[in-house]
Amino acid sequence: MNRYRWRTFVLELVMIAVALVVAFPVYVLVNLAIRPTSDTSSPIRPTTSPTLDNLTQAWQEGGLGGALANSVLVTTASVLIVLAVSSLAAYPLARATARWSRGMFLLILLGLILPFQLAALPLYQTMRDLGLLGSVWALVLFYAGLQVPFTTFLYVGFMRALPRDFEDAALIDGCRPLEVFRYVVFPMLKPITVTALVLNAIAVWNDFFTPLLYLSGSDQQTVPVALAGFVGQFVSDWNLIFAALVISVVPILAVYFALQRSIINGFAGGLKG
Amino acid sequence: MTTIPKRHNRERRLGSGSIPPWWFAAPAMLLFAFVVLIPSARGIYYAFTDWDGLSPDFSWVGFGNFTDMVGDPNARQAVWHTLVLAVAITIIQNGFGLLLALGVNTMIKSRNVLRVLLFAPAVITPIVTAYLWRNLLGPDGAVNSLLGAVGLESWRQDWLGDPQLALWAIVGVIVWQFAGYSMVIFLAGLQSVPREIYEAAAIDGTGPVRRFWWVVRPLLAPAFTINLMLSIIGGIKLFDQVYALTGGGPGHATDTISTLIYKDAFTLGEFGYSIALAVVLTIIVAVASTSQYFVLSRNERAAS
Repeated sequence: MNRYRWRTFVLELVMIAVALVVAFPVYVLVNLAIRPTSDTSSPIRPTTSPTLDNLTQAWQEGGLGGALANSVLVTTASVLIVLAVSSLAAYPLARATARWSRGMFLLILLGLILPFQLAALPLYQTMRDLGLLGSVWALVLFYAGLQVPFTTFLYVGFMRALPRDFEDAALIDGCRPLEVFRYVVFPMLKPITVTALVLNAIAVWNDFFTPLLYLSGSDQQTVPVALAGFVGQFVSDWNLIFAALVISVVPILAVYFALQRSIINGFAGGLKG
Repeated sequence: MTTIPKRHNRERRLGSGSIPPWWFAAPAMLLFAFVVLIPSARGIYYAFTDWDGLSPDFSWVGFGNFTDMVGDPNARQAVWHTLVLAVAITIIQNGFGLLLALGVNTMIKSRNVLRVLLFAPAVITPIVTAYLWRNLLGPDGAVNSLLGAVGLESWRQDWLGDPQLALWAIVGVIVWQFAGYSMVIFLAGLQSVPREIYEAAAIDGTGPVRRFWWVVRPLLAPAFTINLMLSIIGGIKLFDQVYALTGGGPGHATDTISTLIYKDAFTLGEFGYSIALAVVLTIIVAVASTSQYFVLSRNERAAS
């Protein structure tokens, strides 16, 4: 089975054909985004006169610069917060066997099941009463809390499999618990931290429902909300819409292809359990 | 002389002192309570009221919202659509994901490039892929152009405008985006199958299909658990793609519980009813995930 035979070659061709089918929509996306609006030929025919006009117009009219900045801010801030608080919380939850610790862990498991649609509307009311609607900081707060159960769950599972010897040694040497966590435990958590970082960043960056709720009617937008507004504004000008979609996809794909190994391993590694 | 205080220190530390203090969990639990637990509890309460989301006074209506739901054809349809979507996505996405994983986990030269390419759609913002596909699946879109180009004129459809097809078009878009995600998790499972076991079976003359069924499949049990859980829960909660592809239309042909929650709350102002729908959604997710968890972990134990 380790040789490259003609059957392997056939399989190779089949798999490449599958990959082409998967890539086809992206080809159409780019093709429509760079062809002039006057070109009304079939969308699958490669354009003969590529132009950047749609891209510049979409950038100028879509408010995408501000939306990208907001998305970067919300994603960075909320992911950093959730990684910090969840890893810290996982430490006692993974180590202690007391009743409070098991109770908290059960709440975390409950949080994995609760769909956010249940909390979304009452929380909307609370955010409104606090005057936080239309603020990106409301989103940071929201994601920091929303992602706690999943992130803590990942950390607890990983930490339970770690030996306790290093922590005990550090404690014997007179470290305080917080120092033990900061200098001994947290560095050992690096693999699961990468996984949690990747999964949380993608979930937060891509989320649409929450910013649609909490930012609607304000001039603050994240990328998905800006795109929805853009599509609403330029209903059938698909060249322009596709240009906006291309602009929003380029940063994600650039990061993905640059870090593909850690990202894919992050997805697979943490979930392998 | 120095050993005595050290030993004393050690005993004290390794007693209760080696367990990290409970307040380490406090910041996370406070955020979690503020964003998820307290609003969810209030949500369950509001589900039994006629609150409109704005006025300070509302009244208790008991199970009124839930009995209304039984008589509401839109709600009944939305529950049905949600279940169809979740089941269809789970089966088709994981079927493709498994085939892709088996194909990539071979000696083919393009395996590393293919893995990266096939997973790529999974990181793209769902709302972006949904708008992309809304155009591709339109009457003059690329899918129909492609069908025309290969001589399948009669297969051309208004994919999202036909109530019979729209739900399946949504399934197709989700499968396109997330089959690579399932593939990556199956691949991680496949790569944990020891080469020797596989080769031993091959030497024994076991064919590829039997080899898969008797050797590989049992070892993939954890990957199955994770993939099935992720896709069924994701399918039940689906909102973004439906909102951007069809908005629940044509008519109510693709409304799911999530899109109905949004419409009832923000266009009709029926918060109480909308949250009652969210409670139903919660119950479906809870039943699906716990029953699946028990069935699959029993299979995992049986397989190991």
